[in-house]
Amino acid sequence: MSGLYRKWTDRINEAWMFSCLVIIIMLPFLLAAGLYLKSYLIISENNLSGLLFSDIWKPAENKFGFAPFIISSLWVSLSALVLAVPVCLLSSIYITQYARSSVLNLMQPVIDILAGIPSVIYGVWGILMIVPFSVKASEWFGVHTTGYNIFSGALVLLVMIIPFILNILIEIFRIIPEELSEASLSLGATKWETIKYVLLRKAFPGIVSAFGLGLSRAFGETIAVLMVVGNVIKIPHNIFDPGYPLPALIANNYGEMLSIPKYDSALMFAALILLAVILVFNFASRLLIMRLERYS
Amino acid sequence: MKGIPEMYKKAEEIFFRILMIISTVSIAAVLLMIIFSILYNGLPSLSWEMISQTPKGGFYFGKEGGILNAIIGSVYLSVCSTILALLIGLPVAMYMNVFMIRHKKSLNSIRFFLDILWGIPSIVYGAFGFVIMIYFGLKTSLLAGIITVTLFIIPIMVRSMDEVLKTVPSGLLESALSLGSTKTEISFKVFLRQCIPGIVTAILLSFGRAIGDAASVLFTTGYTDSIPESLSDPAATLPLAIFFQLGSPVEEVRQRAFASAAVLTFIILLISISARLLSSKFNRNKIKF
Repeated sequence: MSGLYRKWTDRINEAWMFSCLVIIIMLPFLLAAGLYLKSYLIISENNLSGLLFSDIWKPAENKFGFAPFIISSLWVSLSALVLAVPVCLLSSIYITQYARSSVLNLMQPVIDILAGIPSVIYGVWGILMIVPFSVKASEWFGVHTTGYNIFSGALVLLVMIIPFILNILIEIFRIIPEELSEASLSLGATKWETIKYVLLRKAFPGIVSAFGLGLSRAFGETIAVLMVVGNVIKIPHNIFDPGYPLPALIANNYGEMLSIPKYDSALMFAALILLAVILVFNFASRLLIMRLERYS
Repeated sequence: MKGIPEMYKKAEEIFFRILMIISTVSIAAVLLMIIFSILYNGLPSLSWEMISQTPKGGFYFGKEGGILNAIIGSVYLSVCSTILALLIGLPVAMYMNVFMIRHKKSLNSIRFFLDILWGIPSIVYGAFGFVIMIYFGLKTSLLAGIITVTLFIIPIMVRSMDEVLKTVPSGLLESALSLGSTKTEISFKVFLRQCIPGIVTAILLSFGRAIGDAASVLFTTGYTDSIPESLSDPAATLPLAIFFQLGSPVEEVRQRAFASAAVLTFIILLISISARLLSSKFNRNKIKF
């Protein structure tokens, strides 16, 4: 009797587990489909290139140009990435190659806590410390700003993506076979030469994909950036101009979106752009990392 | 005798080592700076009145009251969605590691898939939650928020549990099978027990994500000054309380935002530390190989 009972528990359990798996697999398709259906209205009435490249945003007059938002997003996330590259590379090389293991034991909690701090806390910190700093920094360049600009957004984003990129980089430097470095060292190369010519070269695809993932994380970050970036609908021309990234557009206008026709459709289209860009970046980067893992 | 090139090489290495140390130290310094600035601004306004009262006279202009509504709302929201995500996530992680262990290829593609899901920003989940909400005719409510946050943390939960379950040696699975256990029994009596520390850590990690995220609940939970009494009531959460109240022109209201930030930071630090302590404590029950 108990054999039958166990068998059936097992069957039911397997079915239950499998259906949970199916639900998860369906999730991104549902996401894309839901957003597409909602934004269908605006895609069908305005042509796609007009939506993406026009810079006139007047929802009340039925003019939806996403260019200011897309360009702001690019400015903020690319500047954060440019700043993140040297910091992450140097620290990850130090932690994995030079430092004693106690340094990693000390840095791992630091990285984990940084990664766990909610984005709204980063936003508060940005307002408290980064915005005043941004005012000073822009004065050095002879520009007067309120401090709420792309520079502040990029600095806050920088701190947010560092733990994320650092974790991946540390992992990648670890899977590079040690024999390669040993061979180089035994040929008389110095430690630094080995890192420069062997480790970095071998890890290059992994490094690129780590930064690709960091970029897509930066692209989708909402609240923290929104709080410091200024939110002015205008194509930014330099780093001290205020910007209005795509996620901020969605987050800021949720209250009004039901009062103006097609506004909600436009915002869902913004979410769809975001989803598409991030899926592409993630897909490419993850593919590179998977190749590297299989190789070593 | 060392020539000029050798000296140059040495100098270059030293130069970069100094840069490396500077950048590593500055990462740690930034963390301290963040925690310090949040606590420095938040602690003075954190009092018993602050955490035991709901705001009076509107969250944006009312000077009296505290942040109890946000604390309770956050706890309801993140506990419920963590439990829901566990109910869906644990079976998936188990299925991948116990039932699918022979199908390496599809296993890898599922992991790949989950990694990509993990990368989708919370604002997209928020927008999607809003679409679902409209579709089912729900109002902004605790329930809608719970559904959205659950969707958002499932990939995090599954992937981090999977990382732990992956480390169970296949010998354990094989010996349990050869003793006649069904795969269900293996999942819950062998794998679960073996990996409890990691699974608890995964749950805590997802809980931290759930309690800290603002973008996904922005559209769906609404905001209210009172404590939600049922699933269909709107709810306030700590991140939203910070986000909305920080922009207020009234100083007392801004103090509430800073106090909420201090509470939220405190919760996140607590989660981080307890995850570490728990995993070392539970490790005693593990079968060593």
